Amino acid sequence: MKVIYILWLRQIKRYLRSKARMIGSLGQPLLFLLALGFGFGPIYQKAGEGSYLQFLGPGVIAMAIIFTAIFTGIEIIWDRQFGFLKETLVAPASRFQIMIGRTMGGATVATLQGIIVFLMTLVVGFRPTDWLLLPLALVFMILIALVFTAFGTAIATMLQDMQAFPIIMNFLIMPIFFLSGALFPLESFPAPIVTATKINPLVYGVDGLRGALIQGAHLGLLTDFIVLSLITLGLLALGSYLFSKIEV
Amino acid sequence: MIKVDSLTKKFGDFTAVDNISFSVAKGDIFAFLGPNGAGKTTTIKMLTTLLLPTSGKILVNGHNPSTDQDAVRHSFGIVFQDPSLDDELTTWENMEFHGVLYGVAKKIRRQRIEEMLKFVELWDRKDELVKKFSGGMKRRLEIARGLIHHPQILFLDEPTLGLDPQTRNHIWNYIKDLNQKEGMTVFFTTHYMEEADRAAKKVAIIDHGKIIALGSPNELKQRTNKESLEDAFLVLTGRIIRDESASGLDQLRSYRKAWGR
Repeated sequence: MKVIYILWLRQIKRYLRSKARMIGSLGQPLLFLLALGFGFGPIYQKAGEGSYLQFLGPGVIAMAIIFTAIFTGIEIIWDRQFGFLKETLVAPASRFQIMIGRTMGGATVATLQGIIVFLMTLVVGFRPTDWLLLPLALVFMILIALVFTAFGTAIATMLQDMQAFPIIMNFLIMPIFFLSGALFPLESFPAPIVTATKINPLVYGVDGLRGALIQGAHLGLLTDFIVLSLITLGLLALGSYLFSKIEV
Repeated sequence: MIKVDSLTKKFGDFTAVDNISFSVAKGDIFAFLGPNGAGKTTTIKMLTTLLLPTSGKILVNGHNPSTDQDAVRHSFGIVFQDPSLDDELTTWENMEFHGVLYGVAKKIRRQRIEEMLKFVELWDRKDELVKKFSGGMKRRLEIARGLIHHPQILFLDEPTLGLDPQTRNHIWNYIKDLNQKEGMTVFFTTHYMEEADRAAKKVAIIDHGKIIALGSPNELKQRTNKESLEDAFLVLTGRIIRDESASGLDQLRSYRKAWGR
């Protein structure tokens, strides 16, 4: 328990100390929110779909969370390069605890970023339809954060350096993000693609978040919750296995 | 305490450690010497569960590092050759992180951290971020950290690199003291031969992955008919200067420089 706590605390301290990173990672969601929100807003309205900002809000929050989550997960590569990973690996702590501690730390950071972006959407004009459901929205934010921190961590255990990072970004993270329904509805895609998106964890995250914030869930909140929880557990198990296989 | 039997490690075609065998008795101070790239660090990594051997047997405190990692990890402390601190944390936080990770009880932990930081003269800088420290200060902190949980075996991979003679002596006295009082076994590598001569009870010299000499410092001097261990070392390993391939970290540093960060 203490081991998990100290690993968690380390991530939080690092996050609070790097203001530049904190602000920098808010730039992208803000850009999407403003550029797409105001750019596509009128077209969306003309198509009879209502307010695009209302649709986009949850998507941009999800975006902030997954990118922060993946980055904090990937941080292991820096730990490896700068030597700190060895210090953790030789310690007599179970690899499962290490994985959980790191994932919870990264997920907390990602959730905090999500909350900040949520506040930004409010400033821009986004309004949740039912404020009482905010705690539920928080649950989904945490779940998205957990899934993708664990995902980033698991990937990072298999990488030696940052060289492969662009490949992962372009062939894994970007498709996950663009085919998640965060920016536009997926229903109009060809049927095979719609089916394929069912294996994308972020689809359930965005759907759950949208369900909690604007009552716009397609798949059902319970389904979203169960799927995300199961994926989290699966990735934690996979991650700790991969951790036990790291050689430096 | 440590038993190694025909240990081999290959990276592709390259044999880093080639069929070596040795043993270290409990309470010994054992020096593992050799030129750059001889296989010292690779051996330490295999002893400390960081690398799996290609073949051969290892027992550390009676346990196998390949299969019984946890028991082995409970037995030792280590000071790595290259930096392993978290630069974004303070001195105190680095120590605390280590203490908690090793399950040192809070009261003892606080006490030891204070004791160790005072010992390496970093106590008044305990709340500073490590990234502001010089190389020597980081080194002192790493040594202090490795000693928080008094381990049964202490691995030191070139621990005194970059330290002035005062600090070096200071630290060695402490380690020898722990060795005598608590029977802590010490396994270390160094390029300072007089350090090995003074501290070690037994010395192994490894070159090109093979152990070429094993014995007490005096035995090695007698065998080669030399006055100092340094001369004995040069006779045994020759005078050719070795190349070591650049580590990932060096490459990363050069990227960083290239990107002006």
